[in-house]
Amino acid sequence: MTARPTSTGTTAPPRPADDAPPSRPASSGPSGPRGTRRGLSPAARKRAEIAFFVAPALALMAVFIALPVLQAVRYSLYRWNGLGPLDDFVGLENYATALDNPVFRDAVSNNFLIIAVSIAVQLPLGLLVALLLNREIRGRSFLRVVIFMPYVLAEVVAGVIWVLLLQPRGLVDELFEAVGLGGVTQLWLGDPDVALWTVMAVLTWKYLGLAVILFLAGLQGVPEDVYEAAQLDGASWWQVQRRITIPLLGPTIRTWGFLSMIGSLQLFDMVWILTGGGPANSTVTMAIYLINQGTDRGLYGYASAVAVLLFGISLVLAVLYNTLVLSKDRDDAPRPRRQKKVAR
Amino acid sequence: MSAPTTTAVPTGKPAVLRSEKGRRGRRGGYGKGGPLVYAVAAVVVVVTVAPVLYAYLGGFRSNAQLAASPAGLPDPWVLDNYVNVLTSASFWRYAANSAVVALITTAVVCVLGVMAAYPLARYRFRGREAVALVFTMGLLFPLTVAIIPLFLLVRDLGLVNSVWGVALPQAAFALPLTVVILRPFLAALPKELEEAAMIDGASRIGFFWRVLLPLSGPGLVTVGVLAFVASWNAYLLPLLVLNDPASQTLPLGVASFSTQYAQDTAGVLAFTSLAMIPALVFFLAMQKRIVNGLQGAVKG
Repeated sequence: MTARPTSTGTTAPPRPADDAPPSRPASSGPSGPRGTRRGLSPAARKRAEIAFFVAPALALMAVFIALPVLQAVRYSLYRWNGLGPLDDFVGLENYATALDNPVFRDAVSNNFLIIAVSIAVQLPLGLLVALLLNREIRGRSFLRVVIFMPYVLAEVVAGVIWVLLLQPRGLVDELFEAVGLGGVTQLWLGDPDVALWTVMAVLTWKYLGLAVILFLAGLQGVPEDVYEAAQLDGASWWQVQRRITIPLLGPTIRTWGFLSMIGSLQLFDMVWILTGGGPANSTVTMAIYLINQGTDRGLYGYASAVAVLLFGISLVLAVLYNTLVLSKDRDDAPRPRRQKKVAR
Repeated sequence: MSAPTTTAVPTGKPAVLRSEKGRRGRRGGYGKGGPLVYAVAAVVVVVTVAPVLYAYLGGFRSNAQLAASPAGLPDPWVLDNYVNVLTSASFWRYAANSAVVALITTAVVCVLGVMAAYPLARYRFRGREAVALVFTMGLLFPLTVAIIPLFLLVRDLGLVNSVWGVALPQAAFALPLTVVILRPFLAALPKELEEAAMIDGASRIGFFWRVLLPLSGPGLVTVGVLAFVASWNAYLLPLLVLNDPASQTLPLGVASFSTQYAQDTAGVLAFTSLAMIPALVFFLAMQKRIVNGLQGAVKG
């Protein structure tokens, strides 16, 4: 950060502080050839400029982020159908109802299962592909583009295609039959015991590319001479990856883990299209439950309580992750830390 | 993403030891790939591409063909499905709505984002870090959490079924990341430029317009692309705000077409395939930017 005081007047004396009182003595009068035409002191003018630049963005965020978030907290304390006056104050009853509701609890556990499986599956798979793509193979840049493509497609578009692929006697079933595994075919999205796993498989397809791209970025930071040294010592490819590359990739992996965790908690679009939370709530997520209860059933107060709980859970996980996992990076490598936080 | 150059590293070992694997072991994450590497890569490509390819090819088949053999190639190639979609007014309306929403979102994000990032990057004032923190904190609040009151707010503002009702909230939620990416970018522009501009008599606002804005092009493209893609693909907010089919965007169109014509698999595939084209073209044109933007967000 190299912001520095810049003065509008070419001959302005060094200011004591940037936020000097606005009413500077008249001695500084029209204190420069330019910029003070309206008689503002440099400090006041500077503040006006800052306000002019920053205010529109802050205003937009205040109206569309801060206000709704605060309103969510407020609505959550009422029984309210979204219309009419907000007068049926019920305190924390909505929270108690949610925590007591088996579907909400299923949603929470589904979200946690999705986090766990995303990390357990996408991490090794993403690492494997990233390590492969980091080698000098033909068509590597083509591969990078291809594997990242699903990430760019709208979840709805990808979801609709997968619904058709997974329908009974669809392409997936046909492929299993073609390789002699006809017995495996089933109601991929229609069986409560299977649907969540199917959804997770599709999510892996959609988001593996993000892991790969981020890991590849991290691999750029692994200095080449480390490999040369390891090679001189006669280390095998696998030894090098396990002992050098993957540890050096630690910060990137931990950042990706954070992104993946937060993304898994917010999951809506794909599940909504694939299963709508069904069958029998087997794939319900917190966001799906929230929309079901809110706009679909008109329980706006209750849905707001669910939203606040979702935020609370996200926040607790984020703080825990930050202190338990990401703090590692801060200790041995303070440098990239600030940017990491950014990557949400 | 610089491709590793292939300089041979003179190792102390005789090359013969590794002759089996060709020139493997040279450098760059340990050399070239063998057949196994290519096999894995091929599997990855097939699994990634197959669904998309299936959709495009499926659009060229009839429902009878699809039912008879889901995996086959079109035989004969049927153009009807694509022709039907391309001649339907609704498809073009969805696409136009999506384009308008995404363009408004992107424009608002870029203009407000670069304005906000400028003082945070290049002015020194008390409370600067506090203001910057406000933007960083904005990252903490996902749209999902605010969706219910946001929908009610949009309704109360009379923006239901209006592109603004989707574009403005999307822009607000894209702003935190935008400012967080742009700030270091603007701060990294050399100090000398600013001094030179001042000596030439430019005010800070003049510097912003004449020097900083032109130079922030690459940073703006990155954040613009991220905002555009997010807005183009958005589903949850449009789902609540855009009820009138006349105002709906492509993702909503795809979803409603696929439920409305659930029996017409080939038709749905054609519709979905065509809906993918803008995103895919945009992605191919911008993939370096998208990828660099994402990587930049992580690397800093």
